[in-house]
Amino acid sequence: MLGIISQKVGAASSSVMVLGQSLQRIRPAVSTCRGYSSTANQMTVRDALNSALDEEMSADPKVFLMGEEVGEYQGAYKITKGLLDKYGPERVLDTPITEAGFTGIGVGAAYYGLKPVVEFMTFNFSLQAIDHIINSAAKSNYMSAGQMSVPIVFRGPNGAAAGVGAQHSHCFAAWYGSCPGLKVLAPYSSEDARGLLKAAIRDPDPVVFLENELLYGESFPVSAEALDSSFCLPIGKAKIEKEGKDVTITAFSKMVGYALQAAEILANEGINAEVINLRSIRPLDRSTINASVRKTNRLVTVEEGFPQHGVGAEICASVVEDSFGYLDAPVERICGADVPMPYAANLERMAVPQVEDIVRAAKRVCYRDAKMAAAA
Amino acid sequence: MALCIKHSRNVVNGLKHTMGLLRMINRSASLTHFQNVEITAPVAHDFNNPAVSFNGLLFPCRFESTEAQKHCDTDDREVLDFPGGKVALTPEMRFISESSPDCTPCYRVLDDNGRLIGSGNYVQVSEEVSVKIYNDMVTLQTMDTIFYEAQRQGRISFYVTTMGEEAINIASAAALTLDDIVFPQYREPGVLIWRGFTLEEFANQCFGNKADYGKGRQMPIHYGSNKLNYFTVSSTIATQIPHAVGAAYSLKMDKKDACAVTYFGDGGTSEGDFHAALNFAAVLEAPVVFICRNNGWAISTPTSDQFRSDGAVVRGRAYGVRSIRVDGNDALAVYSAVHAARKMAINEHRPILIEALTYRVGHHSTSDDSTKYRPVDEIEWWRLAQDPVSRFRKWIESNGWWSSDAESELRSSVRKQLLHAIQVAEKVEKPPVADLFSDVYDVTPSNLYEQEKLLRENIERHPQDYPPDVPL
Repeated sequence: MLGIISQKVGAASSSVMVLGQSLQRIRPAVSTCRGYSSTANQMTVRDALNSALDEEMSADPKVFLMGEEVGEYQGAYKITKGLLDKYGPERVLDTPITEAGFTGIGVGAAYYGLKPVVEFMTFNFSLQAIDHIINSAAKSNYMSAGQMSVPIVFRGPNGAAAGVGAQHSHCFAAWYGSCPGLKVLAPYSSEDARGLLKAAIRDPDPVVFLENELLYGESFPVSAEALDSSFCLPIGKAKIEKEGKDVTITAFSKMVGYALQAAEILANEGINAEVINLRSIRPLDRSTINASVRKTNRLVTVEEGFPQHGVGAEICASVVEDSFGYLDAPVERICGADVPMPYAANLERMAVPQVEDIVRAAKRVCYRDAKMAAAA
Repeated sequence: MALCIKHSRNVVNGLKHTMGLLRMINRSASLTHFQNVEITAPVAHDFNNPAVSFNGLLFPCRFESTEAQKHCDTDDREVLDFPGGKVALTPEMRFISESSPDCTPCYRVLDDNGRLIGSGNYVQVSEEVSVKIYNDMVTLQTMDTIFYEAQRQGRISFYVTTMGEEAINIASAAALTLDDIVFPQYREPGVLIWRGFTLEEFANQCFGNKADYGKGRQMPIHYGSNKLNYFTVSSTIATQIPHAVGAAYSLKMDKKDACAVTYFGDGGTSEGDFHAALNFAAVLEAPVVFICRNNGWAISTPTSDQFRSDGAVVRGRAYGVRSIRVDGNDALAVYSAVHAARKMAINEHRPILIEALTYRVGHHSTSDDSTKYRPVDEIEWWRLAQDPVSRFRKWIESNGWWSSDAESELRSSVRKQLLHAIQVAEKVEKPPVADLFSDVYDVTPSNLYEQEKLLRENIERHPQDYPPDVPL
């Protein structure tokens, strides 16, 4: 599996690196003459994560990276590229292949004052270490009554990629999102990736940072502000990616892009959708979601994870509790199919949400569905 | 272990004595049989380097045995240039035996009667330190008795005794400094006693009152103290072992003159965390001392059902970790081994594994009755004939550092202090409502404030539905 992944990465990373280098040259200029930059720069999510790690390591000597292949190999997805050369093997630690081992060691290092950033090659493999994430990292501050804080970040690709089967495609947002003591972030754009990862590293609590393999190579415009080394996004705040008045669509990670595409299609049909990028799964920004639903009176939730006890289920519950009287239609949840991810490409496509699924659901809650209209 | 058992019967008769806990005991054997066994001193065969000096000051030791694996003897033979090093090739098809002919010997300084064995291959301990070791062992023993009774009277919900393992607790703590950070399992409260945790502090935790440093959030015996570098006890088995390696790595990065020390039982060595931690510690060259309290029983599971290796000590070598087996009921042996291990860990940036052979004289916890699965005469033999506290007492008495007057005064004073501590802790208020919601995060998030507000409103509106002993 690693072989397949690394081949893909190898192909992707060459073009990525060119961008990365040019950005390195651009950045100082940007920070000195910020007032002039009105046109936004482009940056891949990979470079956003890499630069965030670089800047936080440079700012705080207690920050260090550990995981399988993070050093010599530069990360299975090249997120840690160049960092071994810059910070040395004491701060970019290639570990033996034992998730439970390096996660436990990361937690121990955090107990004693370091700020580890632990990379999982995929969050599917974090299950081999979940005891340390939940029983040790998430609960220690509470159990020790504040004597043992655990400033640690667990990061890596989460959820479906492409053609990697059930054991590389599972979304763990709902799993980690259900656990008090953890903070759970899921970036979509390069600005999210930079701002949230920097916030995660600076945060005194354990943070689960869910990336998406398919977004690593995608470029997004980034503002000069987002390129500044002091840039940081608040944990627990959602972002309204597109304002609208007819229906609220909530999404996180890659599904934000799908929701935005769906909103464009809906706009052509006269439906003005509001798209909320959750950014933070725990804490969940209930007030932004409820304020939006009170405005649009309709809600569609989108996620790649499973429906039962999912992020969408939690959002539904929150809206039913706080804004029930405002709803003009039943809430629709768009989720991954309730099956382990199949490998075959045709079946895989059917198992994860598509833009069309979101469009249809939005039309249904707006009572604009063709069949429903005919029936009426 | 099973294979070793057969060998040890023939080869090292004396070892039967110390290894009895490993169920080599012939169950039909009488008590007197064991008491009459002639002890041969299995003193530190590994310490064969003449440069090693146990005068308590210098440890310029580099044990030959640890270098063996790196130097495959490749002279005059064809070698395979493997990424891990040069490996000699051989035409012989020979499997490595699953065990060596002899069990790993157990380092001991004092015999059962508290007399020095051999030429005194140990670290000197001053009168002051020796008396404190003894004082603290007695304190631990008394604390166990009284808290155990308090649990039986229904005053606390749960307790775990350390009976039989007082020497490992106190002597290992004595060989460390306060800067060394401790990742305990749950049968090492003696380390806290040594470091100055007061009997009131123990009682506050067990009664879960508002003075407990854990704000009443954990079961009794899950002590923790930031001030004393003693990390809060975790109920999950063996998770503290990789944590210790991580903390040791921090110490190494900060170039501190200190190591991390972690304790665990024989059962804990079956957890994946034990194996991962040893491997990582070796690879990261982390200054950590692993102390395995091999007390023969993991709740009801005997060591014969736990592993087939020669205990835990031989696993060190497989991971490239220097290791030693010591008599855990011999305070001087434990002190010496931990003292040496600490020096090596810090000065040479390496992990050390210590397997201390002992016996869990008490039940696993107050939820357990161990007479259901092990013979009472086995327990009694260890409790009486192998008691680490009385063995050490004989030694300090023979040095003229202790008397029976001092003994009775100590025991009655500790008992009084403990009874007082319990009476006071019992009357202290329980933690307030606010403590339910704090410390989940560094800064309490808004949803928890909302929950707290809701709870307070509910208590005000429906006081009859809530217990009266929760301060608002």
